[in-house]
Amino acid sequence: MTKPTTPASRVSGAAFIFKKAAISALVALVLFSLMIGIRTEAGPTGQLIYWTRFDDLASVVAIVFGGSIVVELLRRWWGPLGTPRLVPRQLQSSLALARKLLAPALLIFALLVPVIFYNQRYILDLGILVLTYVMLGWGLNVVVGLAGLLDLGYVAFYAVGAYSYALLATHFGLSFWVCLPLAGILAAFWGMLLGFPVLRLRGDYLAIVTLAFGEIIRLVIVNWESLTGGPNGVSGIPRPTLFGIPLTPADDGLAARLGIEFSPTHRIVFLFYLILALALLTNWVTIRLRRLPIGRAWEALREDEVACRALGINITTTKLTAFATGAMFGGFAGAFFATRQGFISPESFTFQESALVLAIVVLGGMGSQLGVALAALIMIGGFELFRDLEQYRMLVFGIAMVLLMIWRPRGLIGHRAPTVYLRQSQAISSDLVKEGHG
Amino acid sequence: MSGDSILDVDGLTMRFGGIVAVNDLSFGVERRQITALIGPNGAGKTTVFNCITGFYKPTSGTMRLAHENGAQIRLERLNDFRISKQAKVARTFQNIRLFPGMTALENLMVAQHNALMRASGLTFLGLIGAPSWRAAEKRAIELAKFWLDRIGLLDRADDAAGNLAYGDQRRLEIARAMCTEPVLLCLDEPAAGLNGRESAALSELLLSIRTDQGTSILLIEHDMSVVMEISDRVVVMDYGVKIAEGSPRDVRDDPKVIAAYLGVEDQELAGVEQELGL
Repeated sequence: MTKPTTPASRVSGAAFIFKKAAISALVALVLFSLMIGIRTEAGPTGQLIYWTRFDDLASVVAIVFGGSIVVELLRRWWGPLGTPRLVPRQLQSSLALARKLLAPALLIFALLVPVIFYNQRYILDLGILVLTYVMLGWGLNVVVGLAGLLDLGYVAFYAVGAYSYALLATHFGLSFWVCLPLAGILAAFWGMLLGFPVLRLRGDYLAIVTLAFGEIIRLVIVNWESLTGGPNGVSGIPRPTLFGIPLTPADDGLAARLGIEFSPTHRIVFLFYLILALALLTNWVTIRLRRLPIGRAWEALREDEVACRALGINITTTKLTAFATGAMFGGFAGAFFATRQGFISPESFTFQESALVLAIVVLGGMGSQLGVALAALIMIGGFELFRDLEQYRMLVFGIAMVLLMIWRPRGLIGHRAPTVYLRQSQAISSDLVKEGHG
Repeated sequence: MSGDSILDVDGLTMRFGGIVAVNDLSFGVERRQITALIGPNGAGKTTVFNCITGFYKPTSGTMRLAHENGAQIRLERLNDFRISKQAKVARTFQNIRLFPGMTALENLMVAQHNALMRASGLTFLGLIGAPSWRAAEKRAIELAKFWLDRIGLLDRADDAAGNLAYGDQRRLEIARAMCTEPVLLCLDEPAAGLNGRESAALSELLLSIRTDQGTSILLIEHDMSVVMEISDRVVVMDYGVKIAEGSPRDVRDDPKVIAAYLGVEDQELAGVEQELGL
C-alpha cells in the first residue's frame, strides 16, 4: 500500500534529502580538505613544499553530495529496512530451487574446471588457490562457526602442516601420502596444545591469545634456523606422486606409463583434483560431525556454555576437540601447500593469512559450508578479477565488503540448518543463532 | 524423617568474601517426592541450588546423594559437568537457558550428549555410520519425541527454541533436563512468568514426572499456589538459614514463616501472632 503523495510531502521529502546530502558533503569537505585539498612533498633541500588542489576536493565533495542523494532516493524506493517485500510466489519457489541447486552446480563446475580450462594454466592455478582457501575456510569454520571460538591464529596450523610435510619429506624421504595424515595429526596436536591455555578465555581475550600463538609459531620458524632453515625456508620439497607414480617426463612417469605425451599441465590438473578431494573430505567430515553428538555439543557451546555444563557436557574436551579438528584440516591444507609450492618460507604464514581465512568464514556466514565456499570464491577469485584496476583494487574490494556487510550483516548465508528434524527441516533465522563468546 | 532420602544436605555454608549467603543449612530431599525450597528474595535459595548442581563450591558442609542401587555420591567433591554426568542431578535456570538457535528437538538431543557420545564410539563409530550408532540415534530421537509429546510441543519439534512462547520454553527446559535421565531434578522457579492456566499445566507435569518417572524433585518457587498444591515437603529459608521445614500445611501456619514473608522484626513477632490469632 502506498500513501498518495501530495505535492507538499514531496517538497518536504526533497528538502530532507537535500539536508542529508548537504551534511554528508560537509563531512566529506572536512575529512578530505587536508587529505586531498593540500598536497605536500619534501623539497630538494628537505623543506616542505605544498600546493593546493581545490578542484579535486570540489569534485570529491560533489560526488559525495550527488551520491548521497542517489542513496537516499534508492532507500525511498526500496522502502524502510526490514519491511517484508512481496515476492511473487513463482519467483520465490524458483529462488528456493536455485538455492537448492547452487551447491551441486558449484560441485559439478569444480569437477569440470580442469576439462574446460585445460589450456589456461592461469585459471587452473587460480582454481587451486581458491580451493585451498575453501578448505582453510571450512577448517576454521569448525572452530569459529560451529564452536564459536574466535581464532585469529589459524595460520599457525597451516604452517605446522606445511613444515611437517616439508621437513619429514626432505629429511626422511617420506612420501606425500604418508606425510599427509602425519601433518594433520601434528597440527591437531598443536591445536590441543593451544587449546589448553586458552580454555578459560572468552571473546576478545581468546582472539588476542590465538593471534599471539600464530605469531609465536612464525617467529619460532624464523629463528630455529638449524631445523627450519629460518627465513630461507625449505626448498626442494618433493612433488606429490599418484600413489608412487611420479608426474614427470621420466621413463617411469605417468605420461610414459600411459603412453601419452608428457605435459606439465598433468601435474597442475592432478594438484587441482587433489585439493578438491581434500576440501570435499573436510566438508564431508564437518557435515557428518555436525550430526554427531560432538558437533551438536559444539553448537550448543556456542549458544550457551552454562547450559552445556548443566547438561553434563565436558566443556574442556569439547573445546579441545573443536580446536584439534579445525587445526587438523589446516594441517592437511598446509601439507598440500608445501607440496604444491615445492618451497616454503615463513613469509607465507603471516597474520594476513589468518585474517583472510577468518574474513572468508565471517563473510560466508558463520557455520554455513556453502557460504564459506562462496565467500572464498568471491574473496580470492574476485580479487583476481579486479587485477586490471591496479591501485584501485583494494578500494573496490573494501567497498564491496562494506556493501556486503550492510546487505547481509550475518554473511552470505546467515541462517542455520538444523542437524536433525522430525517432519521438515526449517532454516533458523540468524537473529536467533548466537555468535559465541569464545 | 524416613530413611529413604535421596539427598542429604548437612551444614552447608557458602561465603562470598564477608557475605554469608548460606549459613549451616541442613535439609533432606526424600526419594520420589517433591520438595520445595521457599523464602523471600535474597534468602539464598539459588545459592543452595548452585552448590548442589556444582556451579559453586560450598565453603563447608556435605551433600550426600544416594542412588537407588546404594551408591553414595558426595556432591561437594564433584564439580561442574560431572554433577549431571555421574551424579545424575539435572537443573533448570531461573532465567531460561535454552539453546535458542537450535530446534526444540536438537535441544533435547544435546541433553543426551553423554549417552550418545558413548554410543557413537567417541565420534569414530558415528563418523563411519555404524549400525549400532544409528540405532542409538533413533532411540535418542524417540526419547526426545516422548518428552516433546509430554510437554505438548511435538508439532513444534522443528521450530527454533528461541521462537517458542515463554511458557513453552519453560516446559522445554524441564523436558531437556529430563532427557539427561536424572534421579534428582532441580527446578529454579519453574512457574515464574506463567499465567494461571500454564502453572496448572506445569503442576500436572511435575506431579507426573514424580509419579511416572520416579524422579525426585527439588524446586525453588515463589508461586505459592504451585508450592502448596504439589509439594510433599517444604523447606523455608531466610537470610541463609533454615527457619522452617515440614508439610505445606505446617509451613503455611508457621509464625516464623509468616513473619519472614511479611518482613516483621523478631520482637514484633508476638504481636503479629496475636493479631493473626495463632
